[in-house]
Amino acid sequence: MTFTKSEFKSGVVMSIPMVLAALPFGVLFGTLAVKNGMTIFESFLMSATLFAGASQLVGIELFGANVAPWLIVLSIFAVNFRHILYSAVTGRYMTHMTFMERYLSFFFLIDPLYAMIEERHDRGEKISFSWMLGAGLCFWIPWQIATVIGATFGNLIANPEAIGIDFLLPVYFMSIVMGFRKRNNWAVIVIASGAASMFAYHYVGSPWYVTIGALAGIVVAAIIGLPKDAKLVAE
Amino acid sequence: MSTIIWIIFAGAFATYLTRIGGHVVLSRFDKIHPRVDAGLRAVPAAVLTAIVAPYAAFFGLAETLTLAVVAVLALFLPALPVFALGWACILGLRYFIG
Repeated sequence: MTFTKSEFKSGVVMSIPMVLAALPFGVLFGTLAVKNGMTIFESFLMSATLFAGASQLVGIELFGANVAPWLIVLSIFAVNFRHILYSAVTGRYMTHMTFMERYLSFFFLIDPLYAMIEERHDRGEKISFSWMLGAGLCFWIPWQIATVIGATFGNLIANPEAIGIDFLLPVYFMSIVMGFRKRNNWAVIVIASGAASMFAYHYVGSPWYVTIGALAGIVVAAIIGLPKDAKLVAE
Repeated sequence: MSTIIWIIFAGAFATYLTRIGGHVVLSRFDKIHPRVDAGLRAVPAAVLTAIVAPYAAFFGLAETLTLAVVAVLALFLPALPVFALGWACILGLRYFIG
């Protein structure tokens, strides 16, 4: 394994604002997990091994409602289904990594980290394993601490909306989407995905609107195709 | 092992499968069809737009306006200042228009 301290540090630094936005959800998860009958250790174990906020919240909600175990697992899979797209794309930026490095990196592929990879890739910087590890652990470790704090002390953050924290991730994602505007077929993709996502959110609901919306944009892009002189994304 | 531990491990396994799945499938092909390539390049804009779109449409006036402001700011500023200004914007707008 190759390890570069400066790359690791740059991953940590880039993550910090997004981690702050994610932490209240970790506390919220810990709180709700205990309320739904989990022990502190079990809530920690779930945060440590799933490391996927939205699906963890769905999981404990169903657990509290005494839904059949296989259905809970299937729901977790459904909520996380969009991640399939992340490794399909980022795997192409990680061809220089060893097998172990790549498959460890994939464990950290949560929404904000995926957005950060694309932001970094857009700047022409390499997605090194050290950077992935720095960024990934900078999310993973505080996520565990937040979970245990929530599980131990109950609802500390009574109202995240009052300080606007609930809206930080959409703000970040919106700015990243605009950053892609010079890419091929950008406007068409954004319009197709946005319209399909709103439609699916209204008529199908959570969690499928993300996958449905994304697929609409991807299919449209595949139909249009790329210009002959398009640059290769993979290094 | 209790049911809940079983659910957690199965859920963790399912989640990891979604995180490696795309790469596992794609890396089996030596050559990627141009249309698949075009589709893959659309993923970042498509998936992030799909996450954001309902926030822009169904969550209230302050939320819609904030995302519009962020979209414009992002044309001129790097991600971090946009993030900070977006935060200020949602706080201010929620305070003044609820």
